[in-house]
Amino acid sequence: MAKRKGIESSIALADSAAMCRIEAISAYPITPQTHIVEHLSEWVNDGELEAEFLPVESEHSAISAACGMSAVGARTFTATSSQGLALMHEILFLTASLRLPIVMAVANRALAGPISIWNDHSDIMAERDIGWVQIFAENGQECFDLVPLCFKVAEDKRVHLPMILNFDGFIVSHMIEPIEYWEQAQFDNYLPAYDPQIKLDIRNPSMMGAVGVPEIYYEVKMGQHQVLLDSKVVVKEALEALEKQCGRRYEVVESYRADDADVVMVLLGSLVETCMTAVDNLRAKGLKVGIVRPRLWRPFPTEEFIESLGDIPVLGVCDRSYTFGGAHHPLASEIKSVLYGSGKAPKICEYMIGIGGRDIRVEEFEQMFMQLLEVKENGKDLPIQYVGVRS
Amino acid sequence: MLEFRFHGRGGQGSVTSAELLAITAVSDDKFAQAFPSFGPERRGAPVQAFARISDDRIRMRSKVYEPNVVLVLDYSLISIVDVTQGLVPDGLLVISSGLPVEKVRQDTGWKGRLAVVDGVNIAMKHIKRPINNTVMLGALIKASGCVSFDHMRKAVEDRFGRIAPVNLAAMTEAFDTATISEGA
Repeated sequence: MAKRKGIESSIALADSAAMCRIEAISAYPITPQTHIVEHLSEWVNDGELEAEFLPVESEHSAISAACGMSAVGARTFTATSSQGLALMHEILFLTASLRLPIVMAVANRALAGPISIWNDHSDIMAERDIGWVQIFAENGQECFDLVPLCFKVAEDKRVHLPMILNFDGFIVSHMIEPIEYWEQAQFDNYLPAYDPQIKLDIRNPSMMGAVGVPEIYYEVKMGQHQVLLDSKVVVKEALEALEKQCGRRYEVVESYRADDADVVMVLLGSLVETCMTAVDNLRAKGLKVGIVRPRLWRPFPTEEFIESLGDIPVLGVCDRSYTFGGAHHPLASEIKSVLYGSGKAPKICEYMIGIGGRDIRVEEFEQMFMQLLEVKENGKDLPIQYVGVRS
Repeated sequence: MLEFRFHGRGGQGSVTSAELLAITAVSDDKFAQAFPSFGPERRGAPVQAFARISDDRIRMRSKVYEPNVVLVLDYSLISIVDVTQGLVPDGLLVISSGLPVEKVRQDTGWKGRLAVVDGVNIAMKHIKRPINNTVMLGALIKASGCVSFDHMRKAVEDRFGRIAPVNLAAMTEAFDTATISEGA
């Protein structure tokens, strides 16, 4: 096993992208950007990575340029965050419908206003329906490990779709933590050279992005939906192959001490780790609590999620962004819709946590678990709990 | 697990010192984290950084509220920030000051273990600038032994390159001259 080194997660993620032998990078290089593209520019500048590095004037241009470079057959990477992702919005749908296997790292952060540079999931939840494969990394090691996974899935001929690697802004992106690097040979074994299904080539002219008249548009969208749903199988295969390469096992839905649990928490992203510490503390006191968390967000791993729940009677679901005016916030909305008609009807308590960088402590998760255990006993319904908000 | 909080002013290198501490701890085969108190970067304004060192994997992403060690890089902060807030009774305060220990105790009200080092003067002597982050790490290692001095030397060399030698000289002098006062 390689020795761990202490390094910032963003830098490690950039190193991982470089070691995937990316050929094209486009980025808007200033805020709201992370250190990822800055570090990749050093790789290119130092002559250690043979890639086209294209700094552009906005994120709208960054993703547009990435589409162009991917369309001619280059393995293409970009990264953004927050308002930057929002500015890409229009092109993100095109990227998916053009079936361009771009990989984008998104350091999840709040959206203005008020202006906020801090962490929550507002940016990515606003892009839920863009048609990209979307996965969450919880820590720096996962950021490093999952970049090659993203390329392997995105470029698979059964998928050929773009993929987003989500990780929490600041509390992961700017964290120095121990990360075990793969050797270059491991990357090369895991990730074959990109062989595009179709590309723009002047020697063999073709057209991408034509008009979809009413006679064809619907079928194109149906195909796109189906291929995204079917990509789950490819993600699972790629995760298995990843375990053979680096020894770490990741799954589309993961459970933590949930097997005999009375209550479990459902959440996405790095706060899972803080929640794990709360689980360990409460388990030490004999309380049966656990975690079930989807790692894959799109396509949503419905069957795996339902199976992971077993017969657990009470769930807490933690959202990290608002669906303004909606009955439920995004994750709770997803979980409730997945369970309706599934034959399982656990009691669901909804929580809002960690908005705009608001810190969440282990003790707060412990309190939430105690509340879930109470609900299990008394069977009462709880209104949505806005944890830590001042009145 | 040991938890650390760093107090400094923007531009003084508190974030870098937290990072160097975590990098060194990982070189020591421990688990560690370092992170700034995220926010707009303002030179001269009070800033905080945090670190954790543990024998086991650290599963926690919150700030540090009850540190075992507090490092203060700028003495003028003690009148505007409660630097010992949450510091556990058997914890350690490492502070940059040329004042005698008794005076530092009086100014900070801290009765526990204390390390005082004349950080700014040592930095001016070797680095020729009042940037005392590496100085404070020398005093921290002496007072706590929380990381290996040799691995810290390597981390400083990797980070500072050309200006590593003056930083190492400053760190070594701080290690040699820090005054350590056991608590009441």
